[in-house]
Amino acid sequence: MSNIRMRNIIGLILLFIIAFAVILSIIEIPFGIPKTTVGNYYINNGIDETGAVNIVTSVVLNYRGYDTLGEVTILLIAALGLGAVLGTIKRKAKKEITPSSVVLSTGCKVLFPFILLFGSYIFLHGHLTPGGGFQGGAIIASGYLLVYLGCAKRRINQNRFKITESLSALIFLIVGLLGLVFGGYFLLNFLPKGIPNTLFSAGIIPIIYIAIGFKVGSELTGVIDNLIEES
Amino acid sequence: MIFLVTLTVFVMLACAVAACILKDLLSAAITAGVVSFCAAILFYFLQAPDVAMAEASIGAALVTAILIIAIRRTKREE
Repeated sequence: MSNIRMRNIIGLILLFIIAFAVILSIIEIPFGIPKTTVGNYYINNGIDETGAVNIVTSVVLNYRGYDTLGEVTILLIAALGLGAVLGTIKRKAKKEITPSSVVLSTGCKVLFPFILLFGSYIFLHGHLTPGGGFQGGAIIASGYLLVYLGCAKRRINQNRFKITESLSALIFLIVGLLGLVFGGYFLLNFLPKGIPNTLFSAGIIPIIYIAIGFKVGSELTGVIDNLIEES
Repeated sequence: MIFLVTLTVFVMLACAVAACILKDLLSAAITAGVVSFCAAILFYFLQAPDVAMAEASIGAALVTAILIIAIRRTKREE
């Protein structure tokens, strides 16, 4: 008992030291004054240079497109690792699943297409309204989660989802490499930018966001499928 | 406006403390989801709708689901 109390006291003292250090470092930074000027550059020139009305999208996919490729790769490796760990365990024979009530399963079936539609809207309009590939993909995956929880019998076809995931990752890479071919650097916006604030504008940004939306959606759905099936 | 933000922050703090001290892991997972949801609302108030969307769909929905699946495979009580 005294051992646990001793540990708690030491933890509390360490916590105070860390909090003190954080406060000491934060107090040095003046509050509310922008430290860098790059943000203003994006706000003033972003729409002209990229054609995307949503400044966040223009930063994520145009100015910092290479970082996005890294994020997508990290997600791919995480899903791959999960599949490698869980895939080695033999799937158990089908357990007796108690069927859900009619109200629940019908409600899930009615809601599911609308969630898919909303997710697609989010990633199709990534260059016009808030949101984008990651958000849209996550919404699509949560739609599949609803189906997994509500309709006990419905399951996805893992192979088709893997093919979708790989194809959309390839599209991202190929579009990036085409920029290298046409203009000399990776992820160059080589397509015409069009009129800002219309659906067909901003060059390669909508293409890449559609690819990311499909990729993230199928990847997270695969993760959910792996986790639910194994438990 | 400022009242709403303050209310959200206090709900968030209460849920975060509850997630730490609750012995029932399922309740702790749900309260952690509520923390994510309140964070999404705060992001929206702070004019970052992109981040709010990501936080709501990933933090509140998918992470909570993954935690609950993990609890189903192990024990419910701490």
